[in-house]
Amino acid sequence: MTESSQTSPELLLALEGISKSFPGVRALRNVSLSLERGEIHALLGENGAGKSTIIKIMGGIQSQDEGQIFLNGKERHFSSYKDAISAGIGIVFQEFSLIPELDAVDNIFLGREMRNALGFSRKSEMTRIAQGIFERLGVKTRFDVPVVRLSVAEQQFVEIAKALSLDVQVLILDEPTATLTPTEAKLLFNVMRQLRDQGIGIFFVSHHLEEIFEICDRITVLRDGAHVGVLRTAECTMDHLVERMVGRKIENTFPPKPALQTAERILEAENIRFASNGHPNSFYLRKGEILGFAGLVGSGRTETALALIGALPCPGKTVRIEGREVSMGNPAQALRHGIGILPESRKTEGLILGFSIRDNISINNLPQYTRPIGTIDTAREKRKTQELMSAIRIKAPSGETAVVSLSGGNQQKVVIARWLNRRSRILIFDEPTRGIDVGAKAEIYTLMRNLTAEGYAIIMISSELPEVVGMCDRVAVFSHGVITAVLEGDAISSEEVMRHATASVKKSAIDALSA
Amino acid sequence: MQQQALKSPQSMHSLLERYRSSKFARSTAFLPAVGLFVVVACMIALNSRFLSFGNLENVARQVSINAIISVGMTFAILTGGIDLSVGAVMALAGTITAGLLVSGLNAGLAILAGLGVGALFGAGNGLCIARLGMPPIIVTLASMSIARGLGLIYTNGYPISGLPDWFAFIGRGKVLGIQTPILIMLVVYALAYLLLQRMPIGRYIYAIGGNEEAVRLSGIDSRKYKIIVYLIGGFTAALAGVVLSSRLMSGQPNAGVGFELDAIAAVVLGGTSISGGRGSIIGTLIGAMLLGVLNNGLNLLEVSPYVQNVIKGAIILLAIFISRQRGTASAH
Repeated sequence: MTESSQTSPELLLALEGISKSFPGVRALRNVSLSLERGEIHALLGENGAGKSTIIKIMGGIQSQDEGQIFLNGKERHFSSYKDAISAGIGIVFQEFSLIPELDAVDNIFLGREMRNALGFSRKSEMTRIAQGIFERLGVKTRFDVPVVRLSVAEQQFVEIAKALSLDVQVLILDEPTATLTPTEAKLLFNVMRQLRDQGIGIFFVSHHLEEIFEICDRITVLRDGAHVGVLRTAECTMDHLVERMVGRKIENTFPPKPALQTAERILEAENIRFASNGHPNSFYLRKGEILGFAGLVGSGRTETALALIGALPCPGKTVRIEGREVSMGNPAQALRHGIGILPESRKTEGLILGFSIRDNISINNLPQYTRPIGTIDTAREKRKTQELMSAIRIKAPSGETAVVSLSGGNQQKVVIARWLNRRSRILIFDEPTRGIDVGAKAEIYTLMRNLTAEGYAIIMISSELPEVVGMCDRVAVFSHGVITAVLEGDAISSEEVMRHATASVKKSAIDALSA
Repeated sequence: MQQQALKSPQSMHSLLERYRSSKFARSTAFLPAVGLFVVVACMIALNSRFLSFGNLENVARQVSINAIISVGMTFAILTGGIDLSVGAVMALAGTITAGLLVSGLNAGLAILAGLGVGALFGAGNGLCIARLGMPPIIVTLASMSIARGLGLIYTNGYPISGLPDWFAFIGRGKVLGIQTPILIMLVVYALAYLLLQRMPIGRYIYAIGGNEEAVRLSGIDSRKYKIIVYLIGGFTAALAGVVLSSRLMSGQPNAGVGFELDAIAAVVLGGTSISGGRGSIIGTLIGAMLLGVLNNGLNLLEVSPYVQNVIKGAIILLAIFISRQRGTASAH
């Protein structure tokens, strides 16, 4: 079952036979993990496989029902995150815990500022130490601006520096690359390699298999709360890994692209800009097609979509639907013209987390169910919800289930169902597969193709190149707020998209964008 | 306990389970109802006079003003906002109605004018909050001051008396044997229940409190509904003002000081989450009754008003503590 043994001198952290249950769910069943000194170890599994729970147990945020934790061969009990930190385990969470308005140094030393005899903060001393840590990481950052002004990658380095300043031996990175551009991710990997060479053990959580193959030494696969296996990266293939993860073979993730028989333009947008002095972009969308918005994070893809539907102010734009000019001052008007959006962050922009599936789906459809006297016909609403749930296969006990308890993929489908019920014709999918597992991704892709076959037109904003290449009929590539190219057919390749996405990368342009 | 022992422990257990998962037990009004029950039971045990019909009717009538104001407060808090202007708007509407009646204006018009001023104030609050993005607590704090000032200007600071005798009907009269204020309260709650639980606008109000950005991006004009919410708040405050003027048979510019706090207390005691999105109008009615029973009972027990304040405050803290515990428990 487990290949770890507490006697190995290289063994840094070992978890043995960890089990954990929440009311109604067995999150972990007899899971064992081991981490060696100077190792990058991937934790891999679909959403809901138990990765976050095991991380929380290692960090003392939750306690296990059964099982033991050994650090340097000694059994340890952590009753709080503080305990774990002082024992030498640091976690960089997906959502950063930085204080946005403080600079990097103040963030690193938050809560344990160095003071002189008069109680004043010894900023220069702290800055010197922070600089030392960043040298160790092999990256540079600015210490004189609030961290909110730093890039996401730099903020992450600050988080890592904070952990290092606490002298951790074990560093846990929870999906650190989810919000990074490929270049930034490369930087992070260099930092991780540096730390590995200094003898630190790193747990790395990621959904990107390529990344895992690039950087990890060993991989532990979890499935449904159980330990499926430990593999040496050098000894396994990607297909093998995916199979282990989902317990079945997933073939050909992307559905075939149909030949577009119609070239009829359903949407034409001109002079879309999201900053008053921004570049005016124009694009069109054809019936039944998937138009990709590709580009680096921060290149203006989401903002352009929001400006289109009036969620961001955009004076002077022209929007035509099926050739007729329409006004689109806010999302409510966009809805009336049949445009719906699946926002980038389903938890903060998409779902009403306290609501049931039914309430979430019907939130913008209530007039459909309203009787002439103004009250909602709940029976009809429930029937319709059930129909939609089975049509796009939302897996849940019933429509009354709270959306909080659903997996990421099912949550995403709930937001999609909201628009299908509206019979919207144009859908904007912003990072539709972010943070959802491989199996659910394939389902979302198939769903998107089924929708376009029914005549829907989709704009898909995505940072994942394989997804852009595999799904889109045309791709508009953004770079610094400008559509630099529109690729079609065979011209769509990862290399071409990247080339246009990184076109005209000038420092000044980046600064202008982040200002 | 003895009755329960007759059943086998197993079936008792499943019965309890079924009860726990029932709609009522899961609703936010469940604990407040238990609280009301406990307080009433204590009062009955401590003072025999409490249970008399006269006293109960008295409690209901005393509760009615705060209960009516609390309806608007529930709407505002459900959206994640708050309305501090209700007490002052109530006084302003009451004095305007009184003043117009004394000046000989048609009775219906005078009452409509009072209600209209309240609704206007509410709509103004809503416009500032929804259209201009100003924080509700500051907007309604400002309009509280404006409404109070206007009331004092209108009356020169003196109560308006000499109201026509028939006007007492609203605050002191009876319809079918029920006191008019109680009847008005019940009608307002029935309408509010319809709006919140049976109509689309209610769903939007809860949704705005749950996640306003999601509501906006799903194509609902959330700003429109927020304006309506504060308009309702102004209207119910004004309605309470008309009832109060009738009960006192005068327009009191200084009435309703601190009423916003009683209304917030009723809403929170009724199980509505102060951060919005969760709660119920029935809960608010229970919360208002709870406060009323407590007031009445403590008076009957001759507890000093000073001590009463302390007890009320402590109970509100306890209520929030319990509701937070429940909130975190259900989040898992």
